[in-house]
Amino acid sequence: MNIHEYQGKEILRKYGVAVPKGSVAFSPDEAVKAAKELGANVTVVKAQIHAGGRGKAGGVKIAKNLDEVRSYAKELLGKILVTHQTGPEGKEIKRLYIEEGSDIRKEYYLSLVLDRATSCVTMMGSEEGGMDIEEVAESNPEKIFKEVIDPVTGLMPFQARRMAFNMNIPANLVNKASKLMLGIYQAFIDKDASTVEINPLVVTGDDQVVALDAKFNFDSNALYRQKDIVELRDFDEEDPKEIEASKYDLSYISLNGNIGCMVNGAGLAMATMDTISYYGGSPANFLDVGGGATAEKVTEAFKIILSDQNVKGIFVNIFGGIMKCDVIAEGVIIAAKEVGLAVPLVVRLEGTNVDLGKKLLNESGLNIVAADSMADGAQKIVKLVEAEGGVKA
Amino acid sequence: MSVFINKETKVIVQGITGETALFHTKQMLEYGTKIVAGVTPGKGGLEIEGVPVFNTVQEAVDATGANVSVIYVPAPFAADAIIEGVDAGLDMTICITEHIPVLDMVKVKRYMEGNKTRLVGPNCPGVITADECKIGIMPGYIHTKGHVGVVSRSGTLTYEAVHQLTQEGIGQTTAVGIGGDPVNGTNFIDCLKAFNEDPETYAVVMIGEIGGTAEEEAAEWVKANMTKPVVGFIGGQTAPPGKRMGHAGAIISGGKGTAAEKIKAMNAAGIEVAPTPSVIGETLIKVIKEKGLYEACKTH
Repeated sequence: MNIHEYQGKEILRKYGVAVPKGSVAFSPDEAVKAAKELGANVTVVKAQIHAGGRGKAGGVKIAKNLDEVRSYAKELLGKILVTHQTGPEGKEIKRLYIEEGSDIRKEYYLSLVLDRATSCVTMMGSEEGGMDIEEVAESNPEKIFKEVIDPVTGLMPFQARRMAFNMNIPANLVNKASKLMLGIYQAFIDKDASTVEINPLVVTGDDQVVALDAKFNFDSNALYRQKDIVELRDFDEEDPKEIEASKYDLSYISLNGNIGCMVNGAGLAMATMDTISYYGGSPANFLDVGGGATAEKVTEAFKIILSDQNVKGIFVNIFGGIMKCDVIAEGVIIAAKEVGLAVPLVVRLEGTNVDLGKKLLNESGLNIVAADSMADGAQKIVKLVEAEGGVKA
Repeated sequence: MSVFINKETKVIVQGITGETALFHTKQMLEYGTKIVAGVTPGKGGLEIEGVPVFNTVQEAVDATGANVSVIYVPAPFAADAIIEGVDAGLDMTICITEHIPVLDMVKVKRYMEGNKTRLVGPNCPGVITADECKIGIMPGYIHTKGHVGVVSRSGTLTYEAVHQLTQEGIGQTTAVGIGGDPVNGTNFIDCLKAFNEDPETYAVVMIGEIGGTAEEEAAEWVKANMTKPVVGFIGGQTAPPGKRMGHAGAIISGGKGTAAEKIKAMNAAGIEVAPTPSVIGETLIKVIKEKGLYEACKTH
């Protein structure tokens, strides 16, 4: 789960991390009011969307007076911002962060991520801040420093100091930088984050070490114990079908094609998408119904697939292990009857309780095309969708 | 022979009184797995499907001599369950549970250092040695005894591969689902090493997916050490970057972890990669025919 920059900074502030003063605004009036309260010489108007690269895309404006704050706020709110992370469709700006300007002396990069290779949280830092860190990793990998953090001790002060020295933070500010790093680490652990990225971290003219940006990602598996984080979720930033799916614990991702997929298991779901593409079709979604699905969940999954107007056919591919084939069959039948099935449906069942599942489908009276294998099913649905006039991928 | 588990393996089911655990305990017993104990705190003294239930793993081990456990405990309590198994000195614990918070797993991994227990999973289908011992949630009937080892990050894709092998008359030694989480126990290399050392295993199927670099590291290992043919498949070839495909580990981020990179690394190590999941079996047969191993692998 992602949150906005201003929410991330709110969390950091509670952990003693220096961040500029600011507040959120939903309208030009609120923006002006917030700027007036800040009373700063320079005010920064920042678009709040769940994507990086906002600065380059024109989503961050520097205002010298309240009139400029108003005009920038008017310009940004409602605008579709396209950054290298939003995809070509971009994201509508619905919130702004109004922040006091900082006197930046130098920009740095700092992040905490979960490193799979060591199975530990790892801190990364570089003096090449403010820019795309992937580019730095590519061109100057020696300028990125890492500290692997032992979960028993947590981030140790010496590690934070070593990082600060490696990043070439001025010696008189190393202790301030180290305190900031320890605060960010504590927030990461307490809130079950999976990534925290501060780009840029800055040293200011008045010798402060400040987090000028804050990008948080949270481990969705830990949200059950992070109620205050769940409250920060912004539904405007998410696909409505994905929101609906998450209510039923379904793992659903919208894609651009026209063949709806319902599969059990993430690996098989990806492989099903790959197979549909291999035979010239184009998947409309990734959908893993998971292991513990009930007939009700399967019904909801089916409804979500059908709510996508692009869907011209559905392929259900189930290899039951923990998931029982009869449960899938039952869900498909209920859903097809409830919502009315106007598109071709191909079903491939294998695994636990397969005979019972097939029997239920056969006796349902629904127009279902049975498939013997994943390849057979993929070919059948691609052909059926083509026959319906579906556009080839 | 086989790897990790066999007909001598004595199994504890942690969380045996849950609905899913009960269903699969029955299935495992039917398959012939020696389930000697169950553990559910507070339910000690009960008997389920003829299996005695204990309050703690240690009690179950002491009373039955069990050496392996399988965990069906809900995610918030699963890390605790794994550590309890390690603390009791089990040889192996297999964690089926999905959605365990990753920071819990970071602690688990740290705790396991220096302990002898092998962890498989979490978020995995389990381990099965055909005709001997089934521990987990995989459907038993698709497996036949033979000479091909299978290791996979994805549960249902493992079934797919095993099913194809069986249909083509190629049996398996052991199939290991290592799970789709970013922090897990046994990895590809551990399994490849075990298969390489197992005299009954003649060839290996390795199924990976997008995200991380586990497949690339395994390919390096294969290149340097593996004496047996390996064929592979990578799921998520058409997955868009930045979208997490269900498994916590399956995401292409910062241009890393793409299927193309993994396939390239595997090919460079001499691993033939199936172009679609439907031809994993065919690809293996092609390779073992080239190596003159087909007749030996064919189940008669």
